[in-house]
Amino acid sequence: MSKDRLDIPDYNSLFSEHRFVEQRLNKRQFEAPCSEQETAEALAYSQSAEYMEKNFNRKAVVINPHKACQPLGSIMAALGFEKTLPFVHGSQGCNSYFRSHLSRHFKEPTPAVSSSMTEDAAVFGGMSNLIDGLENSIALYKPEMVAICTTCMAEVIGDDLSSFIGNARNKGVISEDFPVAFCNTPSFVGSHITGYDAMMKGILSYLYERSGLEAAPGSGEETGEKLNVMLGFEPYTGNFAEIRKILEAFDTKYTLLGDHSGNYDSPATGEYEYYYGGTRLADVPLAANALGTLSLQKYTLKKTQDYIAEAWKQQITALSTPLGITGTDKLLEAISELTGLPLPASLLEERGRVVDALTDSHPYIHGKRVALVGDPDLLIGLIGFCLEVGMEPVHIVCSNGDVDFNEVKFKEEAEALLASSPYGSEASLYIGNDLWHMRSLLLNDPVDLAIGSSHLKFAAKDANVPLIRVGFPIFDRHHMHRYPILGYQGALNLLSLIVNTVLDELDRNNSGFNYDLVR
Amino acid sequence: MRQIAFYGKGGIGKSTTSQNTLAQLATKFGQRIMIVGCDPKADSTRLILNTKAQQTVLHLAAELGSVEDLELDDVLQTGFGDIINVECGGPEPGVGCAGRGIITAINFLEQEGAYTDLDFVSYDVLGDVVCGGFAMPIRENKAQEIYIVCSGEMMAMYAANNIARGILKYATSGGVRLGGLICNSRNTDREDELITELARRLNTQMIHFVPRDNVVQHAELRRMTVAQYNPEHKQAKEYEILAEKILNNKMLTIPTPISMEELEELLMEFGIIEDEEAAIQKLQASGQ
Repeated sequence: MSKDRLDIPDYNSLFSEHRFVEQRLNKRQFEAPCSEQETAEALAYSQSAEYMEKNFNRKAVVINPHKACQPLGSIMAALGFEKTLPFVHGSQGCNSYFRSHLSRHFKEPTPAVSSSMTEDAAVFGGMSNLIDGLENSIALYKPEMVAICTTCMAEVIGDDLSSFIGNARNKGVISEDFPVAFCNTPSFVGSHITGYDAMMKGILSYLYERSGLEAAPGSGEETGEKLNVMLGFEPYTGNFAEIRKILEAFDTKYTLLGDHSGNYDSPATGEYEYYYGGTRLADVPLAANALGTLSLQKYTLKKTQDYIAEAWKQQITALSTPLGITGTDKLLEAISELTGLPLPASLLEERGRVVDALTDSHPYIHGKRVALVGDPDLLIGLIGFCLEVGMEPVHIVCSNGDVDFNEVKFKEEAEALLASSPYGSEASLYIGNDLWHMRSLLLNDPVDLAIGSSHLKFAAKDANVPLIRVGFPIFDRHHMHRYPILGYQGALNLLSLIVNTVLDELDRNNSGFNYDLVR
Repeated sequence: MRQIAFYGKGGIGKSTTSQNTLAQLATKFGQRIMIVGCDPKADSTRLILNTKAQQTVLHLAAELGSVEDLELDDVLQTGFGDIINVECGGPEPGVGCAGRGIITAINFLEQEGAYTDLDFVSYDVLGDVVCGGFAMPIRENKAQEIYIVCSGEMMAMYAANNIARGILKYATSGGVRLGGLICNSRNTDREDELITELARRLNTQMIHFVPRDNVVQHAELRRMTVAQYNPEHKQAKEYEILAEKILNNKMLTIPTPISMEELEELLMEFGIIEDEEAAIQKLQASGQ
């Protein structure tokens, strides 16, 4: 080891040094702090049943809701297409939030530009910002398509994207044939999944309509034998690889509509490019001639599904995220039905191996009480997984769960699913609630495990419940998004995560005589 | 389905003229019509519904908590001549953002499929195109024909010219066109000629000159259109003619707004305002 190695202290030990401890104590005199006793009392009160009742009657404030803005989803959708530059019509601050949020999860850069609207754009309208922004960003980043979404400011002042883009063409800033897709994404309604859907529909409809093709499902050379597959707002790049593996096992031709796994899993080669992978733009109009479309997030992709059914007149099978054995069985049946192909033997063998693994771990996870947080489609998958392995969902919070599919509300489907199994009998589902509600639930009706995103870590810590990170965003653990959670392989990964957390807890909380070598 | 919009200076009689004309269009020409009131005051449909003021989309949305909780049946009401009515509504004066309200309400109507099985959709928009929200009815896939209600008064003409500027902005990139000026007479001097000339300069037509008649006010006091209150009255015939002209209107143009100077010159030409020279002479003649 080199002698002139820099001695960089860990920040835990650094800030425990006397000088920093003293500094914090000295600062307190200026902070008008509560006494330690008062703080302890307030903390104890916040954990009480009395406070929980008050908390659930809360009307005027939302604390730590488990959802993000619409354009965040729109950017993810845009990055699912080849050489497409996401363009946020709004202020730089909005765009920075989306970019950092996505990058913190995927640990990859998020190329996205904004029209940099400021005070004058709010007063005079954002047209000149949008036109200048298009000109600059196309010159600098050389995309093959720009995909524009809006922010709240542009929505409040009523900026008309369609006419602005038309004016940009009239002015010669962009050529007549340069593709610019767009969608309106006011975050006063919906969440990131609404924005994903809006942009997906915006891109599919725009590329299809400008191609002049007439949709003829199941026709045309090559394209007529293909299956369209949409994963939706997908936080796991590993899920794309897994779905490819499954489709290839079927030996079916397919088009993934919206595949951001290239952009969010790009290799470090020493050269950075702005665009990696994604659905080829030319494949989108051809997708209108496919056999049918498989959607893996039916609550997220509502408008896109409706569009494909109406404009492309295609058969659509819409599922929620296919987690666990039952979920994956449904996925395989759906692919088999749409393509007419038999279930591949390799996948059935894989299924058997995962069932075997599930039985190995069964004694440790059976009867475990869990709390769940996530987006609607993920929750349907997770609830299904819990029930089939004998785990008992107790508290389920879905901040953006006020959604429906085919006239059935998410709440109704989830409750029917819970009612279908004895393991679901203790569950309560909270739609539109936030993670501060979840904290009260965890403290007053304890569970064994919490499953959700990194945002759940604070409530889980307060309640001393181990957190299993699943969903979006996962900021504080690395590479989890690179491993699939869907399919049989995904079921195995979920199982490993859960059972090994349970086993870690057994070791950590051992009573002295059960620190066992073999579990 | 044709989508039209009425714009014009506040107080000029947009709502009165549009409802009277649409009532004729429905009863005499058998057109299926929906009126979308885009004014926070929500007075665009009272003559058709014979009520004080309709419950608005945004009022009901606020009561229920959000627009998503609203059903189409809650906000659509059928009135005289089987005309379907809806009011967007908006915030109290002095608070919030009325423009965003219109965007929200129209998006709701579109999403819920209110625009089916109709011959005409008519938007009645307040005063001036003051912000992007009030331009919502003339955006792509919405109103394609604009009718500006005006009179021979200077400020009404000024407003008409401003609205023409708003239309021009959207006409170059979209399909919206100016259908004509409707002169709702105030009995000012040479009003007919003046508006005809203004229309010519704006590259449009004066589609109709609606004479002033007290029967309109009498009907309005009873919350009715003339078509309902006194269908045999000669004023009803005037609205019928206007309705027929709109039904058969082929002159849809991109407007050519004029400058403030040009507008003032026009008024001078017609003797509405005097030039300074003439004004001084007059003052001298009167011995001051």
